[in-house]
Amino acid sequence: MKMINSLLISLQTNIPTPVPKDIPLPLPLPEWLLIIILVISFLAHLVFVNLMLGGTLLTLWSQIKGLKDKKYDLLAKEIASTITVNKSIAVVLGVAPLLSINVLYTVYFYSANALTGLVWIAVIPLVTIAFLLTYLHKYTWKVFENNKAVHISILGIATVILLFIPFIFLTNINLMMFPEKWGAVKGFLSAMTLPNVFPRYFHFLFASLAVTGLFLFWYMSRKNYDFEKLLPGFTRYDIQRKGYSLALIASICQMLIGPVVLLTLPTKGIGWNLILVIFTGVAMALPAMWMMWKGLQTSKENIGKNFYKVVILMTITVVFMGSGRQIYRANALEPHQKLVKLRTEEFEKIKKEAIVKSKQQQAAENSADLSLADKGKKVFNQNCAACHKDKDQFIGPPVTEMASIYKDNKQDLIKWIKVPGKKRPNAPQMPGFPQISDEDMNTLTEYILTINES
Amino acid sequence: MAVGFIPLVTWLEQKGLKRSGTDQITDLEWDEKVYKMMKVAFIITTTIGALTGVGIWFSASLISPTSIGALIRVFYWAWFTEWTVFVTEVILIMIYFLTWKNSNKSLRAKIRHIRFGWFLSLASWITMVIIVAILGFMMDPGNWHSNPNLINGFTNPLYLPQLAFRTPMAMLMAGMFGMLLITVFTMYGTEIRKYAVKAISKWIILWAPFTLFGAIVYYKAIPEGMTANMSTAVGTMDFAQYYDLLKYFIIGGVSLSVVIAVVGLFKARVIRPYMLVAPVLFVFAFLGFFERVREFVRKPYVIGQYMYSNLLLEEDYPVYQQDGILKYATYTSVTEITEDNKLEAGKNVFMMACSRCHTGQGVNSVVDVFERMLGTKDTLSINMMTAYMPNMHTGRNYMPPFPGNEAEAEALAIYIRHLQDSGEAIEGAQTEGVMINSDYTVKAVINKQNKTNNNEDDK
Repeated sequence: MKMINSLLISLQTNIPTPVPKDIPLPLPLPEWLLIIILVISFLAHLVFVNLMLGGTLLTLWSQIKGLKDKKYDLLAKEIASTITVNKSIAVVLGVAPLLSINVLYTVYFYSANALTGLVWIAVIPLVTIAFLLTYLHKYTWKVFENNKAVHISILGIATVILLFIPFIFLTNINLMMFPEKWGAVKGFLSAMTLPNVFPRYFHFLFASLAVTGLFLFWYMSRKNYDFEKLLPGFTRYDIQRKGYSLALIASICQMLIGPVVLLTLPTKGIGWNLILVIFTGVAMALPAMWMMWKGLQTSKENIGKNFYKVVILMTITVVFMGSGRQIYRANALEPHQKLVKLRTEEFEKIKKEAIVKSKQQQAAENSADLSLADKGKKVFNQNCAACHKDKDQFIGPPVTEMASIYKDNKQDLIKWIKVPGKKRPNAPQMPGFPQISDEDMNTLTEYILTINES
Repeated sequence: MAVGFIPLVTWLEQKGLKRSGTDQITDLEWDEKVYKMMKVAFIITTTIGALTGVGIWFSASLISPTSIGALIRVFYWAWFTEWTVFVTEVILIMIYFLTWKNSNKSLRAKIRHIRFGWFLSLASWITMVIIVAILGFMMDPGNWHSNPNLINGFTNPLYLPQLAFRTPMAMLMAGMFGMLLITVFTMYGTEIRKYAVKAISKWIILWAPFTLFGAIVYYKAIPEGMTANMSTAVGTMDFAQYYDLLKYFIIGGVSLSVVIAVVGLFKARVIRPYMLVAPVLFVFAFLGFFERVREFVRKPYVIGQYMYSNLLLEEDYPVYQQDGILKYATYTSVTEITEDNKLEAGKNVFMMACSRCHTGQGVNSVVDVFERMLGTKDTLSINMMTAYMPNMHTGRNYMPPFPGNEAEAEALAIYIRHLQDSGEAIEGAQTEGVMINSDYTVKAVINKQNKTNNNEDDK
C-alpha cells in the first residue's frame, strides 16, 4: 500500500492517469522466463539492427569520400555487401522480441501503439522501401559508375529512412512506460517530445557505430577474405585500425551520453537494482576500451591479439545494459500494473455476478409454463425483431398487419417467411428464413396470427 | 512462395549440370540465368516476404489489439514454433543463395549445392505443413477454448484439404513466375530461351492437375466449416455469391496456366514476357481469393466463440447489457447517461462498439448502411434505430450483438442521426487525444482500494 500511495503522490498532474483493464487470460510462461526471452531476443535483434544502420552510415561516408579517393569507393562496395544480409536477419529476429513484449506488456504496448498509430504502422512500408533501395544501390554499382550522384542519392534516401525507423520504435517503447502521459499525448509528434527519447536515440546511434566497427574488424580480418584483390590501396592493418578507432570513439561517446540518458529518465523507475546493473556493465566496458586503445598503439602483427576479449567484454556490457533497460521498465510499471490487476479482478467479479443474474433470468423465463404463442414470441425475437415490431411500422410491416393478411391461412404465411416476395417498392427486400425448423415455424406463426388476441 | 520456387530453381540448377559438357562443371550460361531467377526470389523473400510477416503483427496489433493480445497468450507456442520455423527457412535460403557462386568452383561443390537445394525445398514444405496446421488450429471455432492442444491443428477437417491445395498451388505459382523471369532474362530467339521455356512449361503442366484436384477437395471441404458459423440466409447469400465466383476463378486460373504452358511446350518461340504479366497476377490473385474465404467464416467473431469483431468478449456481454458499456470503459467522457449528455454518450458508444468496422462518413459509413437498409436518404428515425440495434445481429449474422443497454442504444441512435445531419468527421486518439473515465484513473482506483481496506480493517 505504501508503494501505491507513493505513486499517488508522485502523480500530481492535471491530466489523470488511466487504469485500463487487462486481458483475462493467464501468461503462457512464467513471467521471469518471458522476461529472459524478451531481453535475449531483443539484444540479438538489436545487434543486427546496429550492423544494418552502422553499415549504411559507413557505406555512405565511404562512397562520398570515394568521389575523390577511388580506394574508398571500393571500401564502400565491400561494406554495402554486408548490409542486406544483416538487415534480413534483423527483421527475422525482430519477431521474437515483438511477440514477447506483446505478451508481457499487452495493454501498455497496445496503448502506446494506438496513440502513435499512423507513424507506428508506417514502419512497415518504410522498412520495405529502405530495403529495396538498399538492394537497388547494391546491384547497380556498375550501372551508375558514371553517375555517382544518383547512386549515392539512392543510398542517402535509404539511410534517412533507416535512421528514422529506430526513432519510431524508441518513441513507442518510451511512451509505453508512462501511462501518466497517455492522457496528454496526441499522436507521434507529442510522444517523441517526452523525456529520454532523444538522449536514448543518440546513445543507440553510437552503439550502432561501435558494433559495426568491431564487425568490420572481424569481417575483413578473416583469412579467406581476399584483401589484396578486393581492397587494393588499403592494408588489412589499415582497416583493422579504422574498425578499432570507430568502435573506441563511439564507445567513448556512449559513455558521455549515458549519464544524460540516466538523468533524463523519470525517477519512478530508478532503483538501486538498476544502478548496480548499469555500473557493472560500464565496468565491463572499461577494460575493453583500454584494450582497443592499446591495440591502436601496437603493430600489425599484434593488433588482433585481444580482439575476442574485447568482443566478449562488450557483449557482457550489452547484456547488462539490456537488463538495465528491462529493470527500469519493470520498476516503472510495477505500481501501475498492480492497479490494472486490481481493476481487472474487480471487473471479473462483477462479470460473474452479472452472468449468474442473467442465467437466473433465463431459467425463470424457461421454467414458466409457456403457451404456443409465448414460445413463438421467443422465436420472433431471435429471428424477426430486428425488422418487425408488434404494432408499429418498422423496417418491415407490423405483426398486426401480418395477422390481418394471413388470418386463417398459416400455410401461406409459412411459405412467405421461407421465400418472401417483395410487396413494397420502397422497403428493403426481406431475406428468406428456410432454416427455421418446422416446430419453431409453427410456434412463430401461432404467435403472429394470435397477436390481435393478446 | 518459397515452397514452390525453391524446388523449381533447384530443378533448373540440376538441369544446368546435365547440359554441361564433359569439360565443364555446369552450363555456365544456363546457371547464370537460374541464378538471376533465384536472386529476384531472394530479394522478394527477404524484403517483402519477411516484412509481410512482421507487417501482419504491426497492423493487427494496431487495428485489433485486444484480439491479438488474447491470441498471443493462447497460441504462444504455436507462434513461437512458427517463428522458429520461419527463421530457419530464411537462414537456409540465404545460405543457398549466398553460396551459389562459390559452388561453381568444383563439380563436387556444385553437386553439394544442388543437394542442399533439395533439402531446402523439403524444409520449406515442412514449414508450410506446420504453419497450415497452426492456422487451422487458430481458425477452428471454439476449439482452442475447450481443447487447447496444438495437435488439433493437424487433425482438424480442413487440414489435409488445405495442404492438398496449397502444395501444388505453390508449385504452379512458382512456374508462372519463373516463366516470366526466364523470358525477361533471356534473349528472344536464342536456343537457351527455347529450352528454358519448354522446361518450365513441363513443370506447369505437371502441377496443374494436382492444383485443380487440390482446389476441388478444398472447395468441397469449406462449406462444412462455413455452415457451422452461419445460421441465416443473409450470411449464406453473401457467402454463396462469393463462393460461386470462386469456382470460376479456380477454373480460369488453372486453365490459363495450362494454355500458356502448352503453347510454351510446343511453340516456345511464341512466349514473350508481356504475355505473362497478367497470368502471373491472376494466379497470385487466385490465392488471395481463397484466403478471403477465411474472413467470411470468422464473422461475427474475431476469435471464434470468444471475442466478437468489436473486440468485446462474448462472456462480458451480460454485464454490459445490464449495466451499460460506458460504465466499464477506460476511455470515455461519459459514464452515466443523462438528458444533457446523450449525444456525447452516443459518440463514446460508437467508438467502443462500432468503430472497428464502421466509419462516420467514409468506408462502410454507419449512416450509409442505415440509409441503404431503409432504402431512403431521408432523415433517419431515432426511435426506429433505437429499436433495431438490440436485435440487428439476428438479421445480419456477420455483425456482433449490440453490447450496451437500452439507454445506450438510444444515445447511439441520436449520435448516428447527428452524423447524418452534420456530415461531421470523427477524429481519433491521435488527433483528439483520449478522455479517461473518472472512475478508472489512478486516483480513483487507489481511493477505492483504500476504502475497501478501511472497511476490512473495521471488521
